Amino acid sequence: METQKPARRRETEDRRHEGLVSRVEGFNERGRKAAQDKELHDSVELFTGKAVAARNAVLHALPEAPELRKRAYRIKQGTMANLDRYLEQIADNVEARGGNVFFAEDGEAVVRYIGDLARRKGAKVVTKAKSMATEEIELNRRLEEDYADLDLEIVETDLGEWIAQLAGDHPSHIVGPILHMNRKRITEVLSQAAGEELPPDVEALGSFARKRLREKFLAADIGVTGANFGVAETGTVATITNEGNARLVTSVPPVHVIVMGIEKLVPRFEDLSVFVRLLARSGTGQKLTVYTNFITGPRDEGELDGAEELHLILMDNGRSKLLGTEFEEALYCIRCGACLNVCPVYRQTGGHAYGSTYSGPIGAVITPLLKGQKDAKDLPHASSLCGACWEACPVGIPLHELLLKLRNQQVEEGMKGKGETLAFKGFENTMKNPALYKISGKAGRLVQKPLKKDGSVRPLPGPLGAWTDSRDLPPLAEKPFRDLWKEGI
Amino acid sequence: MRVALFVPCYVDQINPEVGVSAVRVLRRLGVDVIYPERQTCCGQPAFNSGFFDETRSVGRHFIDVFEKERFDYVVCPSGSCTTMVSHYYPFIFEDLPDERERSEALGGRVREFSDFLVNVMGANASDLGAHHEAKAVFHTGCHQRRELGLLREPRELLENVEGLNLVGWEKEELCCGFGGTFSVKMPAVSTAMADEKIKALENSGADTLISGDSSCLMHLKGRLQRTGHDTRVLHLAQVLDQKNGG
Repeated sequence: METQKPARRRETEDRRHEGLVSRVEGFNERGRKAAQDKELHDSVELFTGKAVAARNAVLHALPEAPELRKRAYRIKQGTMANLDRYLEQIADNVEARGGNVFFAEDGEAVVRYIGDLARRKGAKVVTKAKSMATEEIELNRRLEEDYADLDLEIVETDLGEWIAQLAGDHPSHIVGPILHMNRKRITEVLSQAAGEELPPDVEALGSFARKRLREKFLAADIGVTGANFGVAETGTVATITNEGNARLVTSVPPVHVIVMGIEKLVPRFEDLSVFVRLLARSGTGQKLTVYTNFITGPRDEGELDGAEELHLILMDNGRSKLLGTEFEEALYCIRCGACLNVCPVYRQTGGHAYGSTYSGPIGAVITPLLKGQKDAKDLPHASSLCGACWEACPVGIPLHELLLKLRNQQVEEGMKGKGETLAFKGFENTMKNPALYKISGKAGRLVQKPLKKDGSVRPLPGPLGAWTDSRDLPPLAEKPFRDLWKEGI
Repeated sequence: MRVALFVPCYVDQINPEVGVSAVRVLRRLGVDVIYPERQTCCGQPAFNSGFFDETRSVGRHFIDVFEKERFDYVVCPSGSCTTMVSHYYPFIFEDLPDERERSEALGGRVREFSDFLVNVMGANASDLGAHHEAKAVFHTGCHQRRELGLLREPRELLENVEGLNLVGWEKEELCCGFGGTFSVKMPAVSTAMADEKIKALENSGADTLISGDSSCLMHLKGRLQRTGHDTRVLHLAQVLDQKNGG
């Protein structure tokens, strides 16, 4: 369904359909275009380069980092093994504190819950802190469309997210949502919002954003946030941020809604000592982010801050079906973005090429898992399997192995074309039969004779053309090693 | 010391000189080298593309061939193919106890070339009398870097090659963009990855690129040639094989 775009979005592609709700378009073509976009490449390079250097330095200075990584993995493993119990526990604890808890099977249920709540409250302004879970379900767009009669003004308050929202754009990185935009583009977007030409300097742009967002913070009827962690034993939700906007979203409006993926749980409060130490270090290279907030229930009698009413939405949206499967480790992710920063594919393409909320290696893994492989079948192939993601992951998720398993699932489920299937059948038959292997080599030498030129094979059609279009292809040697061996070395 | 040489299929067919150099270097250290002639390929192309049944079938052939031989170690001049056998055979045979056990037993005896030279033989390049005049960078293949963790070994060898000036280069941990079938499934991204390495190579001022993996070298050389570079591209075994004036 195509909707009328607001005037401010006219100049850019409407990317708000890039969550898990909408179709995920092919990575291949988008990746090709992105890889040739010099401006994009420079922006991505700048951000990821800094993030990787900062991360390496700060983790290097933490001798227990490898041990923390193992503990983080074990905690998540234990959480998933008993997730039903921990979900009940966090729900009981939040309710005991006077909060409301809602189990949402999918994004649709989340949209209904928040939309109906907004209607009941007569809400006009909704402020949001950065949340990948709400991006995943395209919450803003769907509230605007499905609850159009409420005329809600939904305002992202994380600076990057807000700029993306103003531009009709979509985050391209878990931690740095607009790293794909350079200063010129950001100035354009904010100038348009200001209705005047703003100078392209950080202070002027920042002070405009601060002033405008402050008005929204004060006017908000409902605040919506995600959650970095939810603690089962206490009913606490942690948000880890740098801008302080999450505090204004959670404490100024009378109603606070938390949308939390069910995999964000940890059993014990002390588990946070492992994850909080890893998250900022891995994500931004900070020891801690500027704000680490723990919210346990709504404002209590005698307390000075906090929302009067608190709603915790525990969102499944495809996660529980991964429990106990060979893909369960994908649920251990804490959304730090480290795997994106080190991924040589992401570094060439940026995040939008992935066509969905989650990009980089973790996106290539969880988008097909949450959405179904058929709608995202390029993504498991968007990797050279170099393993940099696995090495960088603070929880030790073997992302490269999960990508391999997804590739295998495509084969098992008959999603491969006839050509590729036949090619690998041929490969198998050749490689398990030394005589056939030898003959194939001989045949190859005959076939390539007319194709050789200046020590390389001429540009070829078909799948090999994908190589020869941009790279020289070496010919088969005059004699294979096995012949040289026989002749005597 | 008796070694069964595992020569990856593309080395066999495209770069046999790498296998020849490996044999010469091993013999120079007094190693008795055998070459099981029924070997073909480890199955990695099928594995990386998700065709696990086909991989298992090729893997069974590989295990059969090498199990029949008597040796102390299997040595392979490729970090990538070594990893396929040592790490990913147990992975694909995980649910088949008998084959899993056999693959683990074999996998435990497969050594990447530099690993074998340094950690088993205690060799260094001076023992080999290696001499090669060049200003070079070394590219560590991703499997060698991450699954095998062999960063020190090739460098230690190259630093002792007479005449060789081994220099560092930017972002040396980045993948070259080959990734097996990735290179033809996502050619634009794969090529852009190679270009990033080539830019770093240019900035290093090196005239020679060395690696322990001929597959990475095939990719980078293909792009270097296409973009008009005359950088020399050599496998570690070829450098170690060169003697005075050689």
